[in-house]
Amino acid sequence: MKGSIIILSFFATGLLLGIFRFFPQEILAYNMSFYVLCALMFSVGISIGNDPTSFRQFRNLNPRLVFLPLMTIAGTWLGVIAVSFFLKNRSMSECLAVGSGFGYYSLSSILITQCKGAELGTIALLANIMREVLTLLLAPWMVKYFGKLAPICAGGATTMDTTFPIIVRTSGKDYAIVSIYQGFIMDFTVPFLVTFFCSL
Amino acid sequence: MFIVIACMIAGIVVGYLFRQRRLRFIHRLILILIWLLLFMLGLEVGANGAVIRRFGTLGFEAFLLAFAGTLGSVVFAWLLWLTVRAKSISK
Repeated sequence: MKGSIIILSFFATGLLLGIFRFFPQEILAYNMSFYVLCALMFSVGISIGNDPTSFRQFRNLNPRLVFLPLMTIAGTWLGVIAVSFFLKNRSMSECLAVGSGFGYYSLSSILITQCKGAELGTIALLANIMREVLTLLLAPWMVKYFGKLAPICAGGATTMDTTFPIIVRTSGKDYAIVSIYQGFIMDFTVPFLVTFFCSL
Repeated sequence: MFIVIACMIAGIVVGYLFRQRRLRFIHRLILILIWLLLFMLGLEVGANGAVIRRFGTLGFEAFLLAFAGTLGSVVFAWLLWLTVRAKSISK
């Protein structure tokens, strides 16, 4: 939670400086963010390739639970497709791009800003932060009515880090490995799915 | 956008080649780059009057998408939960 607040305060500081035009305009003009984004994606790649978490670790997983990330993806897509019918000025692929952040707000909002502009990027940032917060707040309620896998699917790509503690507390220690597995798979798929829906 | 994905794949290869060594600094670097990019996103949004004026509407759209996406995945989690539990009961 502390990390999220620091990240948000960077966005908020930029927002205020932007509103009052208190910065050299060249920063936006030269598409600098694209090169920083490439550096970020290269670093994210290194962290994935260098991760000691390997598929071997997930051998003891219940074979049915291997499909959990698929349930997360399918459920999220159905939900945002339903909403896209009510949002007249948003296309279905834009809604799917936002939904495919799965709570990974930093990376998804940056990717979406880069190819769809700051407006959809802002929606992606807010929507994916909200998803994380909804999971943190409602995890006990989700377990009660929808079973112990519910907060793991709700947490999306964050179940390896920010929502991991609450999942272990509400679903139980037995679900720690499933939670890490889900976070690992989703972290990896977010960049692909988001850029795919942006390119549609 | 394919350049971005190519950067990530190149990173995965590099990270894998160096797997014998724990590249601890990379997580700090990722965090700093994310701070920088979200700061720049803030600048861009702040300087864009049209987005600022519609911030409330955008927030509402974001909430709908977040709520529906979370609800959808929770329902699907429940479907899988039912089959996993049915299996363990019948054992």
